[in-house]
Amino acid sequence: MKPGDGVETYEAEAQPRLGFFTDTSVCIGCKACEVACKEWNLVPEDGLAWTGHSYDNTGELNANTWRHVAFIEQQAPDPIKQGKQDFRWLMESDVCKHCTHAGCLDVCPTGAIFRTEFGTVVIQDDVCNGCGYCVTACPFGVIGKRERAAASSPAGAGRTSGQSPDVLQTAVASDGLGAITKRELGGDGGMHKCTLCYDRLQNGMEPACAKACPTDSIQFGPLDELVERARERCGDLVEAGVSEARLYLADENDGIGGAGAFFLLLDEPEVYGLPPQPIVPTKNLGTIWGAAAVAAGALAVGVAAAFLRGEE
Amino acid sequence: MSATSPTDALSYYGRPIIKEPVWETDIPLYFFTGGLAGASDLLALGAQLSGNHRLRVSALAAAAAGAAISPYFLIKDLGRPLRFLNMLRVFKVTSPMSVGTWIFSAESATTAVAAACELFSVMPRLRVTAQFFAGLIGPAQATYTGALVAQSVVPAWHEARRELPVLFASSASASAGGAAAILTPAEHAGPARRLGIIGGVAELAASKLMEWRLGKLVGSVYHEGEAGKYTRLATASTLAGTALMALAGRRREGAAAAGTLLLTGSLCKRFAVYHAGKQSARDPHHTSIPQKERGGRAVTQPSSRTGNGSSPSPTTR
Ligand code: SF4
Ligand code: SF4
Repeated sequence: MKPGDGVETYEAEAQPRLGFFTDTSVCIGCKACEVACKEWNLVPEDGLAWTGHSYDNTGELNANTWRHVAFIEQQAPDPIKQGKQDFRWLMESDVCKHCTHAGCLDVCPTGAIFRTEFGTVVIQDDVCNGCGYCVTACPFGVIGKRERAAASSPAGAGRTSGQSPDVLQTAVASDGLGAITKRELGGDGGMHKCTLCYDRLQNGMEPACAKACPTDSIQFGPLDELVERARERCGDLVEAGVSEARLYLADENDGIGGAGAFFLLLDEPEVYGLPPQPIVPTKNLGTIWGAAAVAAGALAVGVAAAFLRGEE
Repeated sequence: MSATSPTDALSYYGRPIIKEPVWETDIPLYFFTGGLAGASDLLALGAQLSGNHRLRVSALAAAAAGAAISPYFLIKDLGRPLRFLNMLRVFKVTSPMSVGTWIFSAESATTAVAAACELFSVMPRLRVTAQFFAGLIGPAQATYTGALVAQSVVPAWHEARRELPVLFASSASASAGGAAAILTPAEHAGPARRLGIIGGVAELAASKLMEWRLGKLVGSVYHEGEAGKYTRLATASTLAGTALMALAGRRREGAAAAGTLLLTGSLCKRFAVYHAGKQSARDPHHTSIPQKERGGRAVTQPSSRTGNGSSPSPTTR
């Protein structure tokens, strides 16, 4: 896999690219990853509601859910025990893809989003101004906004219900001025997503979710090793008769240049809420600026034309 | 292989694949005020070059008003408004918002200088120079916002990347022409009227072209829900404003009515684009179906070592 965009600026300090291989064929839907992530990263509560969508009550990745376990119930022969069941579960722990060409990073106008020495993509909370551009540029809908807590709004409003007033106070007071705590809690108005546990990586530890996963559905390590292992695993599954096994985002020639977090899936990506052929919008940057230049030229011509007939 | 209609296409409980933009209505309001300022600055420069003093003052007033109110919308929409200045720590061509922040800063600064000199009748040479630069930056200011929304994964925006900048430029011209025609006595307002008409016609044409190019699935979002409401309003206002400007623009009341209609049409067009983006982001099929039709290599299957003669895919496709 190619290195992530921008990693070359680290020169000698660049590290081997690290990532996740999420093998959904062994996921048991225990959500240990979701919990471990919340605990380690102090990610706030995401609302306590039932979605009615199988066992999935977090629904999606967003500012306050950095690992999300999707649950799909299907009428189908079991992929392992052929012919024994007419029902199967698909479970998948989703996460930020740490794209090789990351849309979020490309559009961030403050430089808050950066490429780490490990090739991962991280938002610096103390730089982000909450413009929200990254949210519109992620092909996977990963990044979300922690809505600012309205001082007067009743508890339960927005995503910050359950935060103690003190925590909200700290978050608001720390905006732009004064000391910033390592993690701001509650409605700080900023954007948040998985950091691939940057702090743990810097200390030679594996990310919390991978550490907690009891079935090794989430595997962590140098990306090249993971890709090799994943190809083998996928080949084995197909050989064993699981013909629908496929790798997702493991090809560096796809629309995002391959991902630092890729997946083994047992159905079409859309079934898991993933885009089938994601592309980073920056791929079309030339067209976009070209169209803007043409439009600016046309505007100048239009104004000139308006003066051509002289004064009436 | 790909599904042809949303009803039989796959999704995860119908949930969106991408996130709906978190921007609020400040953003389309800024697109409008920023566009008005940009095109008005160029109109003012044209008037300066052609010696139309009266028109220059009107267009400069519209540009100054647009440039003065824009930061309010821009900053208010930030999740952390106090950190607005963080955008001035970097310059990134991959981020039209970053480029645009610099364009807007330069445009509003030059406009402010020109307007201040005009207001206090001081330093005419500085005023002329400032107006010159403001006029040069104007077209960039009026179009970068189209590039900004196009540089996203929102289907109704990204797939319209070729048309959105020209749509925004046309819309800006219509509003600038309309505003100057309202503010200027008819005998001096000829160029403003013509700019309003050119902008109005171009806005209508660019909208049609955009919807046609977007195709049925994504393009129809401009005619549904909130977006549809604003599209209808924009089309009606711009059509009426353009026609009225052509027919009755030489009369002061006619110009005032036509200018107001053009301004309304331009504002509504920005809201139509804004809502279309939100609606299109909410629909997983707007993201998945065009992607499947395009094809690619996101999904790969290493060949098994012994070949597989076993079960067909059990998926619901
Ligand atoms: S998945 Fe989205 S948030 Fe994560 S690196 Fe890629 S573009 Fe950024
Ligand atoms: S919201 Fe923050 S992280 Fe996202 S693009 Fe804006 S400044 Fe960058």
